[in-house]
Amino acid sequence: MTAMSAPTRPSAPEPTDATWTGAIRRLLERRLPLAHLLPVRQPFFVGSWVYVFGVVAITALIWVIGSGVVLAFFGPGWWHVSGIGRFVNSVHFWAVQVFFVFVVLHLWGQYFMASWRNGRATTWIVGVVIFVVSLVTGFTGYVSQQNLDAQWIALNAKDGINATGAGAFFNVLDFGQIYGIHVMLLPILVTTLVVVHVVQVRMRGVVRPIEVQSPVDDGGQRPDTTS
Amino acid sequence: MDTPATYVQIAFIVISVPNLVVIVGMIALFIAALLAPFPGHRRAVDDGDERSD
Repeated sequence: MTAMSAPTRPSAPEPTDATWTGAIRRLLERRLPLAHLLPVRQPFFVGSWVYVFGVVAITALIWVIGSGVVLAFFGPGWWHVSGIGRFVNSVHFWAVQVFFVFVVLHLWGQYFMASWRNGRATTWIVGVVIFVVSLVTGFTGYVSQQNLDAQWIALNAKDGINATGAGAFFNVLDFGQIYGIHVMLLPILVTTLVVVHVVQVRMRGVVRPIEVQSPVDDGGQRPDTTS
Repeated sequence: MDTPATYVQIAFIVISVPNLVVIVGMIALFIAALLAPFPGHRRAVDDGDERSD
């Protein structure tokens, strides 16, 4: 008798680009492998405090979102009548200050590094959009304070905004509209854009400083990671 | 908090002292970040090692 080999199971066919899910999977595997998304080592030149500014800004944003969620649950007038509410509102306010300071420092660092090089233009553009949307978010936050400061800002801003034509659908004197935009639409937009921004950085890698860039353009490829 | 801020005027530039302090502090922090050594950072190019790529 001869031994019979076990029948081999036919391998499952590989997904083809004919399916949109297969095409997206192949795109993600090619553009954003896990080794890039969650690196364990960084390029040599990342050893500088300049690269910390962006992380500090994201950390501040987490505090802004967290304290904002608490404020949203208790309502915009809570911080006027509660000591804890006043504390949470202060955390919200000062986290915003830290966020903007480090966003601007991050912007300075990336500007002087010309970080839009080697295929990173969209990363830069998304960063600029984040900054602009954050300014609008901060403005709607000041108008949502429910105090004389908010009234003063809204009354002085309305004419300027009306002059741009945006006043037809962005009425700073309509507290409900501004508050809804501030606590719902803009935070979702800023958070989504920040996630996109970070993923873009992971896809392309951190841009090399100008002085150590290879004379041969690397074509947007990620630099090798070193210890 | 309820008193108006003190303003500094240099020619056509008018800025409140608190805003000026923040801007000067940011510039100082930026320069410090460029110059301050990063902890755990080891340069590997002294001996010709090109691992910086």
